[in-house]
Amino acid sequence: MQLHEFQAKDLLRRYQVDTPPGQIAVTPDEAAAAARQIGSDSLFVKAQILAGDRAAAGGVRAVRSPSGARAAAAELLGRNLATSQTGPAGYAVKRVLVEGAIAAAREFYLALRVDPAAGSIAVLAGPHQADMEQHLAAGAPGLQSLALDIAGKHKPGDLAEFGRRLGLTGEAAEQFGALVGRLHRAFVELDATLIEINPLILTASGGFVAADAKLAIDDNAMFRHPETAQLRSDEDIDQLQLQAQRHQINYVQMDGNIGIVVNGAGLGLATLDMVRAAGGAPANFMDIRTTAKSLDIAHGVGMILDNPRAKVLLVNVYGGGMQACDTVVDGLAIAFRRSGRVIPMVLRITGNNENFAHMRLANFNLPKTECADMGQAAARAVAIAQGRA
Amino acid sequence: MAVLIDQDTRLLCQGMTGWAGTYHTERMIQYGTKVVAGVTPGKGGRTHLEAPVFDRVAEAKAATGANASIVFVPPANAGKAMLEAIEAEIPLVVVVTERVPVLDMVRVRAALVGSRTRLIGPNSQGILAPEICQIGVMATDRARRGPIGVASRSASLTSEVVSQLTGVGLGQSTTIGIGGDPVHGIGFTECLDLFFKDPQTEGVVLVGEIGGTEEQEAARYIRETGLKKPVVALVVGRAAPQQCRMGHAGALTAQASDDADSKIKALQDAGVVIAPSAHLVGATMSEAFAKRAA
Repeated sequence: MQLHEFQAKDLLRRYQVDTPPGQIAVTPDEAAAAARQIGSDSLFVKAQILAGDRAAAGGVRAVRSPSGARAAAAELLGRNLATSQTGPAGYAVKRVLVEGAIAAAREFYLALRVDPAAGSIAVLAGPHQADMEQHLAAGAPGLQSLALDIAGKHKPGDLAEFGRRLGLTGEAAEQFGALVGRLHRAFVELDATLIEINPLILTASGGFVAADAKLAIDDNAMFRHPETAQLRSDEDIDQLQLQAQRHQINYVQMDGNIGIVVNGAGLGLATLDMVRAAGGAPANFMDIRTTAKSLDIAHGVGMILDNPRAKVLLVNVYGGGMQACDTVVDGLAIAFRRSGRVIPMVLRITGNNENFAHMRLANFNLPKTECADMGQAAARAVAIAQGRA
Repeated sequence: MAVLIDQDTRLLCQGMTGWAGTYHTERMIQYGTKVVAGVTPGKGGRTHLEAPVFDRVAEAKAATGANASIVFVPPANAGKAMLEAIEAEIPLVVVVTERVPVLDMVRVRAALVGSRTRLIGPNSQGILAPEICQIGVMATDRARRGPIGVASRSASLTSEVVSQLTGVGLGQSTTIGIGGDPVHGIGFTECLDLFFKDPQTEGVVLVGEIGGTEEQEAARYIRETGLKKPVVALVVGRAAPQQCRMGHAGALTAQASDDADSKIKALQDAGVVIAPSAHLVGATMSEAFAKRAA
């Protein structure tokens, strides 16, 4: 789960991470009032959306007065902001964060994340750069990294030494080390998967201030954090995805015309690849989890039948130890009966209980083709979608 | 011989008395696996599926000589169950549980350092030595004993690949599901090492996908130690939408070159034969295998 910048800052302040003085606003008037209360003549009005690279897309405005804040908020609120991370449609800006600007002596990039290969928490830091997002995409040369022990058994001196590797000296290196220690504690206690502070400002008086903050929490650990779960925003997850997840199905809508029904994530990805290789365009990604019953599967198939773009259904199922073929066929039958919409079906169904499943399929009064090979099935579905069969 | 498991494997099941534990333990017993104990805290002293149930892994190991464990414990307690098995020095621990918190796996990985345990999973279908021993929840109907080792990140594609291999007359020495989670136990590198050293295994299939660096590490391992046996790889996810691959949208996610094409290139550069499509893995291995014999 991703949090907004203002939510991330609220949580990190509990760990004595300093942030600029700021207030959230949902109307231009509130933005003006927030600017007045902050009382600075150098402010930022920042669009709150769940994606990075906002500044480059015009989502962060520098203003000098309450009236400037009002004007910037009026431009941002209620519009969609598209950044390099959102896709062309962008995300709706429902709130802005009005903050006082902080004068920087130096600026850094600082992140904590799980390093999958090492199986540990790693801190990554270096000098901040104007095009930090591109810099990271290019492999981030010049960033320093350090593995942190999850139990927090690192010595405070190690973290200050890490600060010295960034060119910090004396008290600043000690302060930096202490900050990394507090962020590490926040990371573990919040069950975070990412904390990113970009930029982290070192002020002339020697303090560190998080000018921006990104925080992602492990969805699998949410059962330990009911209070954090309340912070989830509507835009954190696509409504169709959420609806499917309630029925034990991973579903992502795509823009093609071939509806895809598959059990298993790997087989699902493979099916998209085969459709694409045959020149077709999938209408969705689907991974039916092993815990889904036929009524759940009917719901997932129903979502495809509700998509007017879907012209053909490609069913690629390998019945495994936990989910037999006939469970999926029952789901298909229920979905078609409920929907009333008839579209042709191409099926490759094999594995556990396949004979029984084929027997049930024979009773289907629907246009269908069965293939023994999934490559053939994909090619056949593409041919039907393109009007060639 | 198969790798990691054989006819002498003595299995204990953590979470055996639950619904999933009961169902899959019965399947494993039917397949011929020697299930010697169950562990469910608070249910020690009972008998379940003709095996004694214990409160603790260490007790079960001492009483039955168990040398492998399978974990069916739900996500909230799966991490603790793994730590308990590691502490009891169970040599092989297989974790089927899905959705384990990632920091719990970081704790488990820390405990594995210097331990006597090899961990498979979590979110794994398990390990299978066809016709000898099953520790897991995979389909077994098409699996046959033979010369190919399979290591996979995907349960569904393992069934598919096994079916194709058997279809072209190539049985399997062992199939290993390394699991779909970012932080997990043994990876492709360790599987390759085991398969290269195993005299019965004469060829290897790797089933990879987008995300992470598992495939790149396998490629680096082969470049460093040499391609000792023919290796065929399938990497899926080239046509995946962004949402399938992005757990979160921090700038950091863009950092790793974790797309299908860079994985395929790394593996090709190491001498691995790439299966052009998921339905052609058996055919590709068959061809690579014939060349080896020639």
